[in-house]
Amino acid sequence: MENDALRPPVSKDIGVLRAGWGYASVSDKISDIVLTRPAGWGWITAFLLTFAGVLVFFGATVWLFVKGVGIWGVNIPVAWGYAIGNFVWWIGIGHAGTFISAVLLLLRQKWRTSINRFAEAMTLFAAGIAGIFPILHLGRPWFFYWLVPYPDVMNVWPQWRSPLVWDFFAISTYLLVSLLFWYVGLIPDLATLRDRAGVHPVQRGKQIIYGLLALGWRGEARHWARYETAYLLLAGLATPLVVSVHTIVSFDFAIGNTPGYHSTIFPPYFVAGALFSGFAMVLTLAIPLRHFFGLQDFITRRHLANAAKVLIATSWLVGYGYAAEIFTAYYSGDQYEIYMTVNRWTGVYAPVYGSMLVCNLLVPQLLWSRRIRHNIWLLFGISLMINLGMWMERFLIVVSSLHRDFLPSAWGVFYPTFWDWVHLLSSIALFVWLFLLFVRFLPAISIAEMRALVRESAQEGS
Amino acid sequence: MKKQTVIPIADARDDTAEDGIDRRSFLKLMAASAALASAGCKGPPQEQIVPYVRMPEMMVPGKPVYYASAFVHRGFAQGVLIESNTGRPTKIEGNPLHPASLGATDVFAQASILQLWDPDRSQAVYRGQALSTWETFETALQAQRETWSKDGGAGLRILTGTITSPTLADQLAALLQRYPNARWHCHDPLHDDAAIAAAHLAFGKPAETVLHLDKAAVVIAIDADLFGALPGSVRYAHDFAQRRRSGGDGVAGNRLYAVEIRPTLCGARADSRLALPPAEIERLIWRVAARIGTPGVPASLTGAAHADSSRWEAALARALIAHRGESLIVAGGSMSPATRALVHAMNATLGNVGKTITIIAPVEATPIDHVESITNLAAEMAAGKVKSLVMLDVNPVYDAPADLGFAKALGGVPFSVHLGLYRDETGRHAAWHLPLSHAYEHWSDARAYDGTASIVQPAIAPLYGGRSAHELVALLVNDDTRGGHALVRRTWARHAAGPDFETFWTDALRQGVIADSVSAALAIGSMHTPSPPSPTHVAAAPLAAVFVPDPATGAGEFANNAWLQELPRPFTKLTWDNVALIGAATARSRGLATGDLVRLNLDAMSDHALDIPVWVLPQHAEGVISLPLGYGRTAAGRVGNGVGADTYALRTVAAARGRAALQLHKTGKQHVLATTQQHTTMEGRDIVRLATLAQYRENPHFATDAPKKRVPKDSLYPEWEYKDYKWGMAIDLNACIGCNACTIACQAENNIPTVGKEEVLRGREMHWIRVDRYEVQHRGAGRAARSVFQPVPCMHCETAPCEEVCPVGATVHDSEGLNVQVYNRCVGTRFCSNNCPYKVRRFNFLQYSNNEVESFKAVQNPEVTVRRRGVMEKCTYCLQRITRARIEAEKLGRTLQDGEVVTACQAVCSTEAIVFGDLNNPNSKVNRAKASPLDYALLAELNTRPRTTYAAMVTNPDPALE
Repeated sequence: MENDALRPPVSKDIGVLRAGWGYASVSDKISDIVLTRPAGWGWITAFLLTFAGVLVFFGATVWLFVKGVGIWGVNIPVAWGYAIGNFVWWIGIGHAGTFISAVLLLLRQKWRTSINRFAEAMTLFAAGIAGIFPILHLGRPWFFYWLVPYPDVMNVWPQWRSPLVWDFFAISTYLLVSLLFWYVGLIPDLATLRDRAGVHPVQRGKQIIYGLLALGWRGEARHWARYETAYLLLAGLATPLVVSVHTIVSFDFAIGNTPGYHSTIFPPYFVAGALFSGFAMVLTLAIPLRHFFGLQDFITRRHLANAAKVLIATSWLVGYGYAAEIFTAYYSGDQYEIYMTVNRWTGVYAPVYGSMLVCNLLVPQLLWSRRIRHNIWLLFGISLMINLGMWMERFLIVVSSLHRDFLPSAWGVFYPTFWDWVHLLSSIALFVWLFLLFVRFLPAISIAEMRALVRESAQEGS
Repeated sequence: MKKQTVIPIADARDDTAEDGIDRRSFLKLMAASAALASAGCKGPPQEQIVPYVRMPEMMVPGKPVYYASAFVHRGFAQGVLIESNTGRPTKIEGNPLHPASLGATDVFAQASILQLWDPDRSQAVYRGQALSTWETFETALQAQRETWSKDGGAGLRILTGTITSPTLADQLAALLQRYPNARWHCHDPLHDDAAIAAAHLAFGKPAETVLHLDKAAVVIAIDADLFGALPGSVRYAHDFAQRRRSGGDGVAGNRLYAVEIRPTLCGARADSRLALPPAEIERLIWRVAARIGTPGVPASLTGAAHADSSRWEAALARALIAHRGESLIVAGGSMSPATRALVHAMNATLGNVGKTITIIAPVEATPIDHVESITNLAAEMAAGKVKSLVMLDVNPVYDAPADLGFAKALGGVPFSVHLGLYRDETGRHAAWHLPLSHAYEHWSDARAYDGTASIVQPAIAPLYGGRSAHELVALLVNDDTRGGHALVRRTWARHAAGPDFETFWTDALRQGVIADSVSAALAIGSMHTPSPPSPTHVAAAPLAAVFVPDPATGAGEFANNAWLQELPRPFTKLTWDNVALIGAATARSRGLATGDLVRLNLDAMSDHALDIPVWVLPQHAEGVISLPLGYGRTAAGRVGNGVGADTYALRTVAAARGRAALQLHKTGKQHVLATTQQHTTMEGRDIVRLATLAQYRENPHFATDAPKKRVPKDSLYPEWEYKDYKWGMAIDLNACIGCNACTIACQAENNIPTVGKEEVLRGREMHWIRVDRYEVQHRGAGRAARSVFQPVPCMHCETAPCEEVCPVGATVHDSEGLNVQVYNRCVGTRFCSNNCPYKVRRFNFLQYSNNEVESFKAVQNPEVTVRRRGVMEKCTYCLQRITRARIEAEKLGRTLQDGEVVTACQAVCSTEAIVFGDLNNPNSKVNRAKASPLDYALLAELNTRPRTTYAAMVTNPDPALE
């Protein structure tokens, strides 16, 4: 028995971690992806394809800067189009990461452990891409910094009543805190990578870089104590941000007077939608990740099923948002709101509205079935549907509200142009490209936390 | 509208001094630095450039000067003031002293300034397809003159449009005297031939009709677009609106009935309107004539075929009989000469002549039938009898009747000369093409609809070395006097021979009007009542064609004008195209929808075919198809080439006389049409508020009788106090006729770019003030819906939603209450536009302002920033005009008086529908307008508290027709 206590623990199957893993094997398994595993043809192909997409993204952006936002389909009255829809969609996707890391940490949910790292990376990339779109969307993007309150000789400040200024702060704060949270969480793992990298010239380079990034982590008890405190504090800081960011993003619309924008349900509705799309994206990423890197024991069916349960819950919240919009329109008796609501069902964008309802409300109901929750491929398909549905929701909010507002004489229709699609699709390529880099160069699952989970599972089992 | 600026004259003391530094040469130099040099034809001036030793009089940099001149369209003059900034004409204003203007203009006059600077204008003499010079032409002409002198000009023919210019008339008369065998032909595709024939029928001599709408209580317009298509339309609209304000509780001082084929501005404004095919209209008017006892009209004419007709017949007769001497009937367009002669007889019977109508001697120099004239000319050309043909500012290859084969016949004329503003279709077919100077570049004269003469004085030296028609005719007859200035002076020295010619001349130039030149009433002897037209006058074909002028291109002469091409046509809000207009039932029966491309064939000549998209207008008569002229140009210039369909292809001699039957085939294809307004119903919203006079009398506050229709009074915040001025605008929907002049005046004043068809399709037109059109079901409108117009500029909301959402404070309120847009600060988030419930903001999605073509730089108003791409813009209430007036007032140490600030849209409005002024001044016109019970704020319930408010519309329909 005493020997058992001295022997490193071996995990038991606790659902979110399969049996038979020890400290060393966990570390090997995860760090090998980064340090020793050769880049397979699959990764290289995906990398090259998405890199081409990244080049397209930057090329299209250069063209956008040369010609102006007129290359997109935006017009008067629909002055906001794909760019703002994409922005809201990406920022929504960027929600799940922080939610999983911070909120679930505070709620002591063990199943967050193996998915928080890549979910946070997803958050960073998505929020970063989201942050690009409002700048691209500007008529004169080179002056985007005028939204920042910086001291200048003209003494001109931003106009504080504008939600776009709040938005600027909300997003930059969120990005900053998410980055800190992610990085602090990475430090023990970076140290592990530093220590495990060999002395072979290539490995030596990795050792130096990981070593620099690890900020001198030695795994001392003092380090751990401070680390734990800092991590918890950051989690506490990040938690309100999860709610605030999308609340403020929703203000971009709710503060406006346009029918379809001007609604008090928007903040909770946007936050719910963000979690919904974020968890869908977590599934979209987790399923190939565990498949291609053989992480089935760490990212188990339990994880996927739990995420699916969150999807059901948030799907209903989103559905409540849809219902509340309709109810408010009729309850207010406002003819403009009522017209806009009916127009969503019957107007030119009705097919989009119908598809959105199918993707966001009907399809997720399949997840009530345990069989489907545990069917990897169906889950993957459903997650893609939800991503699509949420994009359509953003499109509808932005575009369909604007295209039928107060004066019928000014009504118009938005049609996307070639460049609208280029920017949307290539931004997805950029996201995947960043994620591919991430899984190759940083541990996609937290090694330190997995080791803690091994110990916990061993204790729990005994 | 009173211009405070002194109106200088463009006269020179000695225009004949070729090398003296006179004012025109100086202007030339001035213009050279700004525009001429870079216009691509001459290169930079080689001379040394030295600063002024003596400042030229009245040339103060930054201060515009105004030259009184005239805009001549289809021969008739509209008095204008040409605003010139340091030698560059940049804007046209109406001349308040001119009877056809009274300070307002139509859309064409506004757009004419862009035509002046059009880089596609003809810039050189062409001999065939080769570049040549004026000197070479003069040499060639010398040989011709010798021939003409020998045979008396037997083979010489002159072709002009409608000419009212006394100078040109004198010159051509002299030419015909010198070459007695020469002939002068006229061709203007829109010339009202039937009016002349009708005058012959009724009076036995040519005559023209001048209307006094200010004196008429009942106006009946029989397919006559009083407010859109007549030489006096601007004045007529003004008089109509004046009359309307003068009685009927200040909103309905008259009643306008319109019976017409296609919707016109006049019909839209009418209190009672009926759409009928031409034959039915004629039948109706004959029956009305019988009812009012017009002598010679048989009392028993065949019964009305149309259900509405009999009701209308009774109502019209009743109204006319009740208003003897203060009624007015006018017939136009498609009516036969007999019917139009009948209208003369009816007016005489009712005692209207001399009261609401004046019959005057023709204003045009040659009151002849133009279709006949061009037909004769073409026949002679085809017969080889024409050896020399001089075409002065006409384009017959494009617009002559299709069955004349004019282009082919022109090839057989050895010495054909075309003098034109553009090297157009005719210019390319003629042996010689000579560049015509623009009306604002040369001396001329012209007469207005009522005979009033004006001197056309130049505001700039010819940009492209063009010459005027006077100068060319002087060459033809080898006149001793060659300069336009001297020629015009010579005419007036002859006509207005007085002891003090210089004073007369100076006054004429300064005022833009020659005093006492209005035509006297013509003594009418006995009236002949014509016999009723045979029922087959308009072929009883299933589909009759009516060729109509286009509200944007005229008859094609403005095809290359981007402002006009992009100006939404009043009823379709279509830009950059023409469409065949048809009624709803006709469309239904043939399975057509708006945008369907159809193939039209003439019944008589099936080889004449045309593919054109149709547009279904419920206000259009059934069984008739209206075909706007002026499109499908091949040599208009880079803007106008290939735009729309050339309806002249179907306009044969018979068609031009109103006898065209068409066959229509669906092609199954669609044509993409760029409109600026896609939705014309109000969806039950209180946008244009209207009532009948009876309803108004019952409830004068109908426009604001529900709390929802009013601006909320209560606010948590104290009212902001404006210390000095507080600008506001009131738009009277009772006066607005929907003519679009405000839109284009604003475009000219505020450097608003055009964007092209593709961008209009995307919904990116840039107009700061648009004229919305809605179709409303309204009592008295007959069965079809009524069209109502609503000009929408920026509302300058007190609590502007745009200001709250701009993240950089690029749109803010100023100290005088204007909602201003700071272009420098704008980053282009477009949130302001989203949040603007009126959608009056316009965004530069791409680089729309043309900053590449030099001459387009010259037309820009120097007082208004030219916007670059990526910034938002919108109506400023003509901030620059406010500032200019304020500075002038401050210099005099006083405050601004009411009426000193006139916005561009207000100035151009013929009906004075737009009133602008200081809301802090209790006596200002705008405050008086806003005190009306009709005053309402658009979308008041949103609490934006707009400064632009509207006077609700009150119609005065005939109760019997409701």
